Amino acid sequence: MKDRCDIAIVGGGVIGLSIAYNLAVRGVRDVVVVEGGYLAGGASGRNGGGIRQQWSTRRNIQLMQESLAICKRFAKELGVNIWLRQGGYLFLSKNEAETARLEKNIKLQNDYGVPTRMLSPREALEVVPELDTSRFVAASYNPTDGILFPWPFLWGYADGARKRGVEIHTHTRVTAIERGDGFLVRTTRGDVQAKRVVNAAGAWSPEVARLLGIELPNWPVRHEILSSEPLKPFLRPMVSVLGNGLYFSQSMRGEVVGGITVHEERTNEIKMGSTLRFTQTIARAMIEVIPRFGELKIVRQWAGPYDMTEDGNPIIGEAVPGFYLCCGFMGHGFMMAPVMGKLYADWLSGGPKHEIFDRWRLARFTEGNLEKEDFIIG
Amino acid sequence: MPKVIVCRCEDVTLRDVQHAIEKGNCDIEEIKRYTGFGTGPCQGKECVWAVARILAEKTGEDVPPFTSRPPIVATAMKYFARPDESDEK
Repeated sequence: MKDRCDIAIVGGGVIGLSIAYNLAVRGVRDVVVVEGGYLAGGASGRNGGGIRQQWSTRRNIQLMQESLAICKRFAKELGVNIWLRQGGYLFLSKNEAETARLEKNIKLQNDYGVPTRMLSPREALEVVPELDTSRFVAASYNPTDGILFPWPFLWGYADGARKRGVEIHTHTRVTAIERGDGFLVRTTRGDVQAKRVVNAAGAWSPEVARLLGIELPNWPVRHEILSSEPLKPFLRPMVSVLGNGLYFSQSMRGEVVGGITVHEERTNEIKMGSTLRFTQTIARAMIEVIPRFGELKIVRQWAGPYDMTEDGNPIIGEAVPGFYLCCGFMGHGFMMAPVMGKLYADWLSGGPKHEIFDRWRLARFTEGNLEKEDFIIG
Repeated sequence: MPKVIVCRCEDVTLRDVQHAIEKGNCDIEEIKRYTGFGTGPCQGKECVWAVARILAEKTGEDVPPFTSRPPIVATAMKYFARPDESDEK
């Protein structure tokens, strides 16, 4: 590891790597990424790969439009196939209240050019013929949402960053961060003196911030997910049930990949073990909306940490001079990473600072200026 | 050189694994993700030892298997959907 650098990024997940790559593209190449495990070891490698523009606030809708645009250019720009497939997202509502929520969001989405529309259960059958129409009353459908394969996305950013001079150190844990002439970042494989530090450690970000005596309010929640045997392509959109947080889609490998909310007591412990309770909960929920899933074989299940915040929005911006945060992505960091990396790199390379860096700064939790994003799924 | 398959489910070759190691993937979890070996129907039961051996020969260190994922064998959803005693918890 080099002795000195301009920017040290803690966390080799998709957020950290996206920032590193985008910085390097803008000529800021004196960057070191430090990852405690392997690339894709945390939530970045454990998520369902969904990318949607169906959100409930203007900011998130617009950010996700830009993220999707970046995803569409990704293969060409980075030379790696991310298996992006725009099969849409179909949200099922089970009652009037949920339908009203969808309608309100659709109006906002349409205002910003996202072609989401409301479908009756019968119309939804044209999109997914296997659905049991007695199980929902309406659906919102945006055909331009999609899914991608998370792992190559990370490798694309990592290779792109490395080629431009960024150092990426995996299996290298940060043990201390000391202030004074920037930051001395001590790791299990040597120390680096950095002018600036970015905390992109996801569910581990409170631990990293604590090394500087900064308390973060985000907390980890185990989120489980499973994959089926591969089937021939039959399912175009990601299907999600609003009431219980179920979502599932068919990957380009043919597997049905799905997750669901299972409530657990809040703790600060990062749990990544699998539970039978999850398997039972999701099996029942999936069979309820598509009865033929009863015969679908589960091949494996795993878990990853959602990195939760009180208002459903991330924690970004400068916490103390020179120490930047990019965490609290609520299980939706993967889809946010392309645009976040771009905006962060614009700012840190001397370009414009987007208003989200003030809006979503750490201080909002103590100032009480919270705008709630209620379209967090899973 | 003949093509040597190490993971039959996902068609991963010896060369794929060697390439993954050359790219800097140094533990078996990383190689699983980079090549896709062990992610098919057998979930690594046939191939994890073969990849572990290649990695062990390269690094000279012991290589533990990757984290095994439930269920033990591919199982239809209907068997998990039935009510049972764990519902009480």
